[in-house]
Amino acid sequence: MATIRYTKDHEYIRVDGDIGTVGISDHAQHALGDVVFVELPAVGKKVAQGGEAAVVESVKAASEVYAPVAGEVLEVNGELEGAPAKVNEDPLGDGWFMKIRIADAAQLDGLMDEAAYAEFLKTLE
Amino acid sequence: MLNNQGRPTQAGEAHGLARETFTGNRALEIDEALIFDQGGFDRTGVDIDEPEEFADRLGGLARKNRADLPGLAEPQAVRHYVRLSRKNYSIDAGLFPLGSCTMKHNPRLNEKMARLPGFADVHPLQPQSTVQGALALMQELSRWLLSSTGMEAVALSPKAGAHGELCGMMAIKAAIVSRGEQETRKTVLVPDSAHGTNPATAALIGFEVESVPAGEDGLVHPAAVREKLGPHVAAIMLTNPNTCGLFEREISEIADAVHQAGGYFYCDGANFNAIVGVARPGDLGVDAMHINLHKTFSTPHGGGGPGSGPVVLSERLAAFAPVPFLRQKDGALTLVEDTEGSQAFGRMTAFHGQMGMYVRALSYMLSHGGDGLRQASQDAVLNANYVRAGLSDLFSQPFGDRPCMHEVLFDESWLKGTDVTTLDFAKALIDEGYHPMTVYFPLVVKGAMLIEPTESESKASLDLFIMAMRDLALRALRGEKERFATAPRFAPRARLDETRAARSPVLKWTARAPVAEAAE
Amino acid sequence: MRYLPHSPQNRADMLARIGVASIDDLFVDIPKDKLIDGLPDLPRHKGEIEVERILSGMAGRNVSAGSVPFFVGAGAYKHHVPASVDHLIQRSEFLTSYTPYQPEIAQGTLQYMFEFQTQVARLTSMDVANASMYDGSTGCAEAVLMAHRATRRRKAVLSGGLHPHYADVVRTVSDMASDAVVTMAPDPLATENIIAAIDKETSCVVVQSPDVFGNLRDLKPIADACHANGALLVAVFTEVVSLGLVTPPGEMGADIVVGEGQSIGNALNFGGPYVGLFATRDKFVRQMPGRLCGETVDANGKRGFVLTLSTREQHIRREKATSNICTNSGLCALAFTIHMTLLGGVGLERLARLNHANAVKLADMLKGVSGVEVLSKTFFNEFTLRVKGDAAAIIEKMAGAGVLGGVPVSRLLPNAGLDDLVIVANTEVNTDDDRAAFVAALKGAI
Repeated sequence: MATIRYTKDHEYIRVDGDIGTVGISDHAQHALGDVVFVELPAVGKKVAQGGEAAVVESVKAASEVYAPVAGEVLEVNGELEGAPAKVNEDPLGDGWFMKIRIADAAQLDGLMDEAAYAEFLKTLE
Repeated sequence: MLNNQGRPTQAGEAHGLARETFTGNRALEIDEALIFDQGGFDRTGVDIDEPEEFADRLGGLARKNRADLPGLAEPQAVRHYVRLSRKNYSIDAGLFPLGSCTMKHNPRLNEKMARLPGFADVHPLQPQSTVQGALALMQELSRWLLSSTGMEAVALSPKAGAHGELCGMMAIKAAIVSRGEQETRKTVLVPDSAHGTNPATAALIGFEVESVPAGEDGLVHPAAVREKLGPHVAAIMLTNPNTCGLFEREISEIADAVHQAGGYFYCDGANFNAIVGVARPGDLGVDAMHINLHKTFSTPHGGGGPGSGPVVLSERLAAFAPVPFLRQKDGALTLVEDTEGSQAFGRMTAFHGQMGMYVRALSYMLSHGGDGLRQASQDAVLNANYVRAGLSDLFSQPFGDRPCMHEVLFDESWLKGTDVTTLDFAKALIDEGYHPMTVYFPLVVKGAMLIEPTESESKASLDLFIMAMRDLALRALRGEKERFATAPRFAPRARLDETRAARSPVLKWTARAPVAEAAE
Repeated sequence: MRYLPHSPQNRADMLARIGVASIDDLFVDIPKDKLIDGLPDLPRHKGEIEVERILSGMAGRNVSAGSVPFFVGAGAYKHHVPASVDHLIQRSEFLTSYTPYQPEIAQGTLQYMFEFQTQVARLTSMDVANASMYDGSTGCAEAVLMAHRATRRRKAVLSGGLHPHYADVVRTVSDMASDAVVTMAPDPLATENIIAAIDKETSCVVVQSPDVFGNLRDLKPIADACHANGALLVAVFTEVVSLGLVTPPGEMGADIVVGEGQSIGNALNFGGPYVGLFATRDKFVRQMPGRLCGETVDANGKRGFVLTLSTREQHIRREKATSNICTNSGLCALAFTIHMTLLGGVGLERLARLNHANAVKLADMLKGVSGVEVLSKTFFNEFTLRVKGDAAAIIEKMAGAGVLGGVPVSRLLPNAGLDDLVIVANTEVNTDDDRAAFVAALKGAI
């Protein structure tokens, strides 16, 4: 059963066993505006928790996407290269960025679940 | 950190004003095809002599295919560019209150002077004995810049403001290297409200950028700076007056603190127009400051350049100024072009900088005189405050209603609940015949609207602008959001789809593949 | 004070509306002890007549290129610019507009930027060009930084034929950024073996053709060697007219092309403002510095243009931007694009042929002059002479005789032991009489 966790930088990680699918939250895609370009890491790259893993650009903004937890990049969403709009249309689904093999599941405990993230967003109002 | 500067960038709703003419044109507003769609690939609009037969010396590197470019006859070319020009807003046509850009009047005497053959038709590498007048002009311009800033030396050559910043920061780095502290002093402090060029410049030459928070009053305070200072700090980059339109009141204390910690004070001079003849950066502890000749000293912006960004330097940095620099020797002026035998940190550009802009700037300075430069700054500040007084009951000011310098900053909190954004408001202003103010900058203020009317505007012009702004504001507050969502309705183009432009970039014209004519 | 519209009464009324007693009350944030009482060391304001008199006096002390037989080049060239160019760029809507941040009311600027980008891409045979740089030399430094980003390496190799001032600009930026630069020895005969200097650390090789001494260089083998080592070839030119006749760098494998565009549309201006041309391959477009204009549509479906791919730029990326550049060389790029629109490919080719023919003529005339040797085996409109004696002194003497004869190499490379070399340019403006005067003055000076 997959569970989803969020960071304070608005990345999410959907956990399925020791595999995590990483992307940006609906709030983040909204704040960025129309996404026009995504720079993805090389498969096989080892990322540290909080380390820069990807870059997402809209017309007026650009943000680094940080790895929610440490791990190795197993797969990236190559579809985004030709269709960056997927990040806006379906950030939690087709708009995913990368799959990583989670190095240390304990790091997930420091992240927010869906309800906690919703509360966190309220504090940003 | 999430960059939350995103905003709608698709074209949005059509304004529904159908084009009801055969051509799609509307009287004076005429659409113009690209030159590439006009043919002429087999002709030229310039008469050039054909030389007699000769043996070329190209060593087998002759071009095989002619560059595939159209050549328009003069009447077509003139019409093309005249039509294009009519799709541009300009200072000459109306108020251009673009904050931090100082869109003041560009005197035509400047243009006439810059075109004198003795300035325009002179080569940078002619023998120096044949350009003594040009060197004298550079020296006279330097005198005005040093006198009005109270600084020790000036590097004229930087080509634009950002290039001047780079020059100033390079001088700072050279000074740090000369002290043997390049391995330790690697941090540059930059407030969040700074122009993006500041952190970009510092990073370009290997500094690490650390941000300094501004206080709730929009100003940087010595305590916040002191907290970040140490033997690792190379410099602070401050804009003064700052990008919120406020004078950094505690600038001297900040400068002292930075100096005591062994660092340098770079001042972004983008807003110098507010204080010429009123205060001098040299008296405020500044070590380096670029001056945008295209802002403060009226050289034309030209649709995005060419600019010119001389840098004035304090005594501590003067020796590190790049080549070329002027020397007076045996009654003649010499341009020193080689770094050997001096501490000059290097060279910014191939030649001597933007001579064409030096002439224009000096023409402006001579016209105004020392007295007029002060009056111009006072009028610029007067005009910004007049706009503030006319709008402050309707528009919200992030740092309270207090005197501003030459530009006044509003945010979008007053628009809350109207469904109208700063962007919509700016676009509606276009329909009223104005160029919008600077929007969404500085980044520290949400939905910023930064208005800089400059000293060139008359009271009558400002009165009408204030009334137009108030009328739009009241309409927004009354809920007429349609007017804003579809704006601009009367411009040559409605809102443009920037998303599409960025997602599938088309950056040049390409010939369409020949297709069978569609039956119509 | 003819540029300031307020009357004293206006000012008084406005202060009253603001609610302050005097203008000084608006400057209250400036510490009292830092206020100054004007600029007494500077003269008072002047009318147009007097300003014209002063500036015309200064201008009159310079020898203008058009007033004498003129052969000075080495990075800036005297060409004829059609009268309509200067007229058009002085249209208020071009001259007094700003960077096109509000595209709905800046389509004029944006459309010519798009046309300019297309012209530059086609001239250089590259995929994509930006909307211009400050000038060729700063563009060259930006090209090296871009190559570092694209290759993730930090060592550039500069040809000994690169304009020494361009090399200085590159080295200044590189030193400051702690990047490595290998500079080949000055190479007036174009015999250097730059390929031997390429290794696996090399980010780019920077080669100029026609080089500063006038020689044409075959870039193809250098490009191949670069690519075999994972490096980029940066091709540089200072005389854009050469592209009318010489194989464009894009056809010889260049990855980045930078050049000075002054020759087309722009005056000599004692060194600036000029216009830098910058082009590259599609795959590097997001690494490219400077402004870019792109095509799109508006809400009504009509074609229009906007600045695009701005996330590379400093106002969004701040310290992570590809460059700190904030402007292009707008009006100079406009002058370039208008002149090029008049010329077209046909006119540019003719112009280039005339330039080359004139240079060949002068080179041939010099064959019989004793104490003078034309060093450049190949050239476009500029070549290097070896003269008997000190070239700088000879050029100075020629100037005394009313001929501006060229650039002594010692002016660009003071300590290279090349004091007997002079770079001589010849363009379409030079007549047979000019060339005869040149030869006579040169003989007289030697």
